[in-house]
Order: sequence, then C-alpha cells, then structure tokens
Amino acid sequence: MDRRYLLGNEAIAHACIESGVDFVSGYPGTPSSEVIDTLRNPAERSYYLEWSVNEKVALENALAAAWCGIRALCTMKHVGLNVAADPLMTSAYTGVTGGLVIMSADDPFAHSSQNEQDTRCYAHFARVPCLDPASVQEAHDMIPVAFSISEEFGLPVIFRPTTRICHSKGDVDLGNPIKSTRKGEFHKDPKQYVVIPAHTRILHKKLNEKQPAIKKRLVELGLNRCEKKGKTAIIASGIGASYVQEIVPPDVSFMKIGAYPIDEVWLGEFVRAHEKILVIEELAPEVEEQVRQVAGCTTVFGKKNGYSPYEGELSPAAVAGIMEKAGFLAGNPFPSVEVVQNLPPRPPILCAGCLHRGAFYAIKKVFKDGIYPSDIGCYTLGLQLGVVDTTICMGASITVGSGIAHSGEPRDVICTIGDSTFLHTGIQGLINAVYNGANMTVVILDNRITAMTGHQPNPNTGVTACGVETPPLSLDALCRACGVTFVETIDPYDLTGMINVLQDAKKRNGVKVIIAKQMCVITARRTGVKRGSYTVDPETCTGCGTCVRFGCPAIEFRDEVAEINELCSGCGVCEQLCPVGAIVRGGKR
Amino acid sequence: MTGSFDILIVGIGGQGTILASNILGEACLMEGRHVKGAETHGMAQRGGSVESHIRIDGLFGPLIPPGKADLLISFDLLEALRYSHYLKPNGRMVVNRRLVLPTSVFTQKLAAPSEESIITALKKWDLCLLDADKISQDAGSPLSQNVVMLGAAAQSMPLKPESLCEAVRRLVPKKTIDINVRAFEMGREFGRTC
Repeated sequence: MDRRYLLGNEAIAHACIESGVDFVSGYPGTPSSEVIDTLRNPAERSYYLEWSVNEKVALENALAAAWCGIRALCTMKHVGLNVAADPLMTSAYTGVTGGLVIMSADDPFAHSSQNEQDTRCYAHFARVPCLDPASVQEAHDMIPVAFSISEEFGLPVIFRPTTRICHSKGDVDLGNPIKSTRKGEFHKDPKQYVVIPAHTRILHKKLNEKQPAIKKRLVELGLNRCEKKGKTAIIASGIGASYVQEIVPPDVSFMKIGAYPIDEVWLGEFVRAHEKILVIEELAPEVEEQVRQVAGCTTVFGKKNGYSPYEGELSPAAVAGIMEKAGFLAGNPFPSVEVVQNLPPRPPILCAGCLHRGAFYAIKKVFKDGIYPSDIGCYTLGLQLGVVDTTICMGASITVGSGIAHSGEPRDVICTIGDSTFLHTGIQGLINAVYNGANMTVVILDNRITAMTGHQPNPNTGVTACGVETPPLSLDALCRACGVTFVETIDPYDLTGMINVLQDAKKRNGVKVIIAKQMCVITARRTGVKRGSYTVDPETCTGCGTCVRFGCPAIEFRDEVAEINELCSGCGVCEQLCPVGAIVRGGKR
Repeated sequence: MTGSFDILIVGIGGQGTILASNILGEACLMEGRHVKGAETHGMAQRGGSVESHIRIDGLFGPLIPPGKADLLISFDLLEALRYSHYLKPNGRMVVNRRLVLPTSVFTQKLAAPSEESIITALKKWDLCLLDADKISQDAGSPLSQNVVMLGAAAQSMPLKPESLCEAVRRLVPKKTIDINVRAFEMGREFGRTC
C-alpha cells in the first residue's frame, strides 16, 4: 500500500484509476477541476478522457459509454449539474450497464461560485444514490464503492464532495492502479434507451422499485453507520461529521451519514432510541427532514428550529457553537478571538497584463453609459472596474443582454463573455439574439483557454485534454454562421484599435461581435513569451492617477507619482493611456 | 480534541504557499505521521489573499480553528496581521518583512497600516521577522522565498530538519534543488537567531 499526501481531487482521481475507469468526461469548475487535470497527466492512459464543451455534453457522453458496459466518470461543479440536469433526470430511468459516477462538487460558502445549491437535492429529485464523503481518505475509498453500487443497481451514482474535501489534503492510503480490459459494446434495446411515453412509464416504475434495496445496501456497506452510547445523539454528514468527531463527548451517540437515500426504518430505530437528536450538515436540511419524519417523540435540533444555518460552510468552531447552543456541549472548546478590523481587503484581481483589463477599459471609454451584462470566468473580476453589471450563470451574458435590449431600455448593451463560456452555452444566446433582431454588442474575450479553473484547453485552444492537436475552431466563422455580419477580431493590447472598433460597432444596428484576442498572460509566461516591462519617469509623471485607476496590480502610487512594480508583464496598455507620456518601455525601476 | 500541531501559512496568490504546504505534508509522511490540510484554489488565487492550513498529527477536519494555530508563517506583513487571530496566545509567528499593498489601496485610496505599525501589532506574539527576499536572492533565486520561510520556521515545528530538507529535495523542480536546499539552510540559520 502506498501512502501519499494528496489533494482531495488527486486522491479521487487516483481512486478512479484503482477502479479501472474506462471513460472520463467533464467540464472544468472549481472545486472539481483537478480530478480530470490529474487524470489527464499520465502519459500512458488505459482510459478515454475528454474535456467536454459543457456539462450536459459531458454527461450524455459518459452515459452513452456506460450504456456500452464500460465504467465512466463525469465531473463538474454543482452548478454544472443544472446544465446536465436534463440527461440526469432521465438517465435514472434508462439506467446504465457499466458503472457511471457523476461527480458534482458542492461549494458551501460559495468560495468560487455563484450560489450554494446542494447536489444531494438533485440525487433525491432524480432518485439516484448519492455518496457524501467526510474526509479525503473517505472520498478516495468511496469511488470504487460508487462504481460497484452503480453496476449493482444499474443506476448512475452521484458523488458529492465539497470544497473542503476537494481542496483539502491528507495522508491517503492508495490502492493499486488497474488497467481495464473492458471494451464498449452497445446492445440495442429500445425499451431501455428510447424513452417514448410507453417505455418511460414502465422505466419510472422500475426506478421506484429499486429504492428499498438501495437504502438497505448503503447501510450494509457501512456508508451509513451509527454507534449508540447515551440518551442524546448527533447525526452528521459530509465534512461536518469530521468536525463533530473531533469534539463529540464520549456519552453522546453518533450517526454518520455518508450516502443517500437513507433507510427510514434503520434511521427511525436510532432516532427514537434517543431523547434528543442534533443534526449537523452543510446547506440543505436533507438529513434533518428525514430525521423529523421518523422522530416521533424525540426532540430534533437542526436548521428548521434555528440551531444550525442553512447557508455557508461549517467549521470546527461553528459546529462547537451549534452543539453548545443545543446543549450537547457544556462550553465551546475553542477560544473566542478578535479579528483585526479595517485592514484593506485583498480580493482576487485580474493579473497584471491581463487582456481583459484593456478590453474593459476601452468598453468603458466608448460606452460610458452602457449596460454591461457579463459572464462566468476571470473577467467577472471586471466588477472591480465597473464594467460588469450582471452575472447569473454560464452563457447568460448574451441572453441577458438581448433581454435588456428588447425591454425598451434605451442605453447601449455591451456584453462580455470568454471563449470557453461562449462555447459552453453562449452560442445559443447569440443565435437567438441575431434571429430575434436584438441591438447589442458582444465582446468575446478570447484568451484561447479556460483560465480561471486552471488553464484547461477547450476547442478554441487547438489541443485536447490529452494534448492531441485538433483543427482550430474559428470564432469568427462561427459568429458569421450565426448570422452576425459585423465580426471584428482585435488585440485588446492595442488600445486605439480596440476603441476604434468599439466605436464602429456603436454606430451600427443589430448584433455586433468583437473578438478581443490575446493569449492569457499566465499561459504566455509559461510558454516563454517575454515582452519586457515598463517604468514611470517620475519627472514627467504629473500624478494624475489615470494609470492607477486602470487597476493593474503592477501600478502603485507613492509620493504623488505612479510607480510600476515587478509584476509588470509588458502589455503596454498603460503606456497608451498615460496622457503625458510618462510611462516608457524599459528603464530602471 | 486532538493533539495536532497546527500551522497556518498565509500570503498572496502566486507566492508559493501551496508548495510550502506540500513540503510539510511530505515531511510528515516521511516521519510516518498523519497530516491534514486545506488550501485556497480557483478564483481566490488571482493575486488575492491565500491561506494553507496544515495539521500535523491531525486526524479529523482540515481546518484550524481560530485561536488554535501553533505557528503562523506569513509571506507578507499585512497578511500576517489579517490572519493573526488564528494564532494561539504566545504562538510563534515567522513573517517575511515585506509589505505588498493591495491594489485597492491605490485605486480606491483606502487607508493602509504602515510597516512599523504592523510590526508593533505583531510583537504581541513570538515574532521572527526576516527578509526572505534578500535571503532567497543570496541563496540563488527569489523564487526560493517560500523555502527560506520554511527554513526559518523549521525549529518551531515538531518535524526533523532532515525530513524537511529531504522533502524540499523531492518536491522542488530538479534544476533548482541546490538553490532550494541552500535557501532552506540559510532560512534555518536565520530562524535559530530570532
């Protein structure tokens, strides 16, 4: 046995190899991305692997692979499951023959997400099993179990780690990699795979009939387990269970929920054997609602009576606080601390030399009173520059933009969307906007990569997840094919050019597309692009602050003059916007 | 409650806190000890404030409760102050004497504490201040700053310096092993004196 210090996602990836996975697909999304990023690394792979263009596409691919009898993994973040919800719901009806594990990583506290939705609710909704790990080791150990449950019951299994599992680390005991010898073979069976009403009614009944056996099996497998000790008990799931275990008093019974659906008979026996039950879980009251249904005379403490929060993530101190409030701990074992107040915040920021900053500057210059729908990616950070007015979900910049344009709102609409997001779910919005005659400008921020989640390639990059070169996709031709006649590609480092093309677009009616194309500055650095750097001539600088307001982390302001620090990557946009020509290439800092 | 030794490493996205935490994890494995950790990934990394929790002999959750860290290693003065509430009273603090002001200070003209006022506030703890920029340059590369910091904190950790040094060898890029070993030893030398 090999023991290694691994990130949760690396341990999950390794467990997939130990399970002899045959097929891997997914779309990047924090905190899920490192699973495929780890799986695409080995030079010799015995499995097929792809970054798909979106989660629906990824899941349908993986589902079909599992229909062919091979083991498939599909990864995404929680909101990606919304995109994949359509195939998910009916895949529970069709079922699978090979194991299908859908990893949907939740993000309590929305560290890097637009909401705090709970994947367990989807599992409940779709009536498929869901595994919910409490530690990195458990996440690793659950993967082979997830594949075998999937095959035993012929159902997709949802695997739901959270940020504090995916991005936690631990010493993990690993098993041996397995090279699968399975070959996909599709057996035609329209009654299973063609969900016309006559078939689907029967499939729905079959799905419901599987439920009791699943519930029993999850207890038999030890995924749901309990230890009776006293008259009070704590029932916990996910990372919350780890926090509870650290401080639970020895006379308090403990039930650990690691999988759903929960066996109500088993749960009820445990609950009614206690006078008081405290439920500890992050996000939705998924466990608590079941506990309340079987509680009888037992008092239940949880979210529904205000003991535990519905939102945010748990922490050791938060769990201790809940236990104390509900009378399960005599005092909080953790000290109360004072946080230093009024420090300037250090939020994430667009990199020095990021192409988006130049594009945003030009947009604001040309469309001063514009409305700026935007999208999901690094460029959401354009919020700090005042050029992001809306963000709701992947692909929603163009659709929100056309909605506003059709609403009677007289101001110009200029929306921004990244290349990967455009290919994910942006295209449909563009087709719709052109078809229905919206008046708007779409700026595709084309950095050739899916940057925010860790630089995964997409069809616009020219290579696959495994590094195989692919025919380059033409965003220009794609937009023209959607019916856009004004499509201009421009380098956003060329500020004058960018401003000119935006002004040109402003004069025209209909949907205009501007492709602001420049390599992501991080990719550029990795591939050895060197542009030199800039300096401020303190004699010439008047301290007007134009460059400072540009918001680049390489530009500082001290003693009434601007200063460029070592973060400068040489994009040269500040040189173009300085009104007195005080910023020059090279020079001594 | 577990008897874990809790280390919080903080800094600014891109400064190498994740490699530092990996080195500690590797050293724990070599000594056959359990270790848990948690860190910042994704969007929060883009030049933002980042934190890595490492719990040596940790058995349960990966997060260090505020007020319970035994050691705080900070790559920046302001971040040391921002996360200082994690450190227990009398805890050890190893801090790079460098202040990178957040861009918001310049763009929104926010007030920022001075270097001196931060250092005064940090003296509430067992403070070791060092110029890791300079030491790393002397070692051969400014990129070895994170290893200098680990070296300076080495004597405050329940891990053998030999394990830490071996972990450095195993985890840094091959071409930079000599520089990083030098950086570790120079940091360690400095740590002994403060």
